[in-house]
Amino acid sequence: MKIAVCVKQVPEGPGKIDPGSKRLDRSGAGALNHFDANAVEAALRIKEQNTSATDSTEVVLVSLGPEKALDAMRKALAMGADRALLISDESAAGSDLVATSYALAKALERESADLVLFGQQGSDSDGAVLWAAVADRLRRPLISQVAELTLDGGKVRGKRQTEFGYDVIEAPLPAVIAVSDAINEPRYPSLKGIMGAKKKPQETVSLGDLGVEAERAGEAGSKTTVVALGAPPPRGDSRKLEDDGNAAEQILAFLQEKRLL
Amino acid sequence: MTTLVFLEHHEGELQKGGLGVLGKAAQLGEAHAAILGSGVAGLAEQSGRYGAGKVYVVDDPALEAPLSQPRVDALAEIVRDNGIENVFFAQSVLAADLAAALAARLDAGLNWQLTDVEARDGGLVAKQPALQDTVVVESGWSSTPRLALFRSGTFDPQETGGSAEVENVSVSFEDFSTQATMVEQAHEEQSGPSIEDADVIVAGGRGLGGPENFTLVEELAKALGGAVGATRAVVDAGWYPYSTQVGQTGKTVSPKLYIACGISGAIQHKVGMQSSGTIVAINKDPNAPIFEFSDLGVVGDLHQIVPKLTELVRSARG
Repeated sequence: MKIAVCVKQVPEGPGKIDPGSKRLDRSGAGALNHFDANAVEAALRIKEQNTSATDSTEVVLVSLGPEKALDAMRKALAMGADRALLISDESAAGSDLVATSYALAKALERESADLVLFGQQGSDSDGAVLWAAVADRLRRPLISQVAELTLDGGKVRGKRQTEFGYDVIEAPLPAVIAVSDAINEPRYPSLKGIMGAKKKPQETVSLGDLGVEAERAGEAGSKTTVVALGAPPPRGDSRKLEDDGNAAEQILAFLQEKRLL
Repeated sequence: MTTLVFLEHHEGELQKGGLGVLGKAAQLGEAHAAILGSGVAGLAEQSGRYGAGKVYVVDDPALEAPLSQPRVDALAEIVRDNGIENVFFAQSVLAADLAAALAARLDAGLNWQLTDVEARDGGLVAKQPALQDTVVVESGWSSTPRLALFRSGTFDPQETGGSAEVENVSVSFEDFSTQATMVEQAHEEQSGPSIEDADVIVAGGRGLGGPENFTLVEELAKALGGAVGATRAVVDAGWYPYSTQVGQTGKTVSPKLYIACGISGAIQHKVGMQSSGTIVAINKDPNAPIFEFSDLGVVGDLHQIVPKLTELVRSARG
């Protein structure tokens, strides 16, 4: 069985938008989107539960991003994923949902995994929709926001929370699953895992390698635009402090000042 | 310009979010509504009262469960056959999946987390707070149809008293669209007191470390005369009842004071509490997104700070 986990590199710390390109500034240090760690963990648990001698489970990471996104992918390799596939191409910069889902779907079609996993959102863009676009392009059934995942023969079952309570949804494999951050507590990579990650297969492909036409990638292939950037409405004076042992007193003083007691 | 609005329903009622968006669409031009389900014909009339000139009804057993994929087939057909230029959605678990898949199906642009939209130069421009609301992006579309997903509660429904022409549509579904099936639906596992009317809410998240530490939150809430809230993560983990959950898939609250303990501030949580009067956040991670929208952010160990604060509040209140 093969599981593909879609992961993303996000800027370390608070993100900012480059005023020139009006895109997220990705020039600084990057990290693995922490919501994706839940999807990697879910894949690894399925792999560990599979004790079949004849059909072991392979966990493949798939990402779209700059070359250095491999650094973030190595963290997931260190957790235990088997190999990484990065789509890296200058002409993919500025891809919106339509263009990103198209390129990812092309890579996933090549991998032809039984299960495609996503995390619940990107911590940089508040994006929480990519999986549904990818599932439609792959023409596969989708279960999103999954907090409990079970695999039984050729079927996958997900429990999830909606506005009205809990749903349990079932789908045949191959399927696309987006997990919520409640599904598990991702493991920390072991030292051995970190050392081993560098030696695991890491392949970088261009859009051309996947048969993605130039006009369907990057800004050319995108259907949304950034018209302008503005400051948010002010929230009043916001304060932040580090606890030096007196935090409780400072909070109390703040509540008294705001007449909230 | 003709805008189609997806109206979600639950237990025989159209949801407020979609009706609010419908009112906004009617201000921009011709507004049409789509009602997709099984046994939903009776809901069509309501949509006219909230601004729809026309309502497309797809009544099919395949649409019984609130699953997104068969609804993509239905909306794609309605959009293609009726020269629809814009498709609007109110954020929900169902609508987000539906909007994104429709974008892929139609190769159409989707902007999400929107808080407003206006007509400009023959097109539309939307307001999209981004990066934990530290910037507001004006987002546009370079082609039609334009797909837009609005934050829940952005627009209040306006009853205008009109009536909508009803068009019944039959749809053929893709094979893969009906493969996912609902085994069990909307089973609320626990119940408890409502938190929507509380003036003070003290809420706990994963940073508490374990269900037993909810007593810290409960004690502080009690000292302040407030209620206890929880995040989806801890509710899903079984630490606290669903009825106390604040966020996208829980309650939307706006107390005078909201104290967030060990809550990172994921978007799912933020949309349920960001309109609170004053927000105080205690979290050990200095990069937690919640600090971006807190009035007072405290970086520190809540296990030290919260019990001490409880004592101080008790003595201050006498």
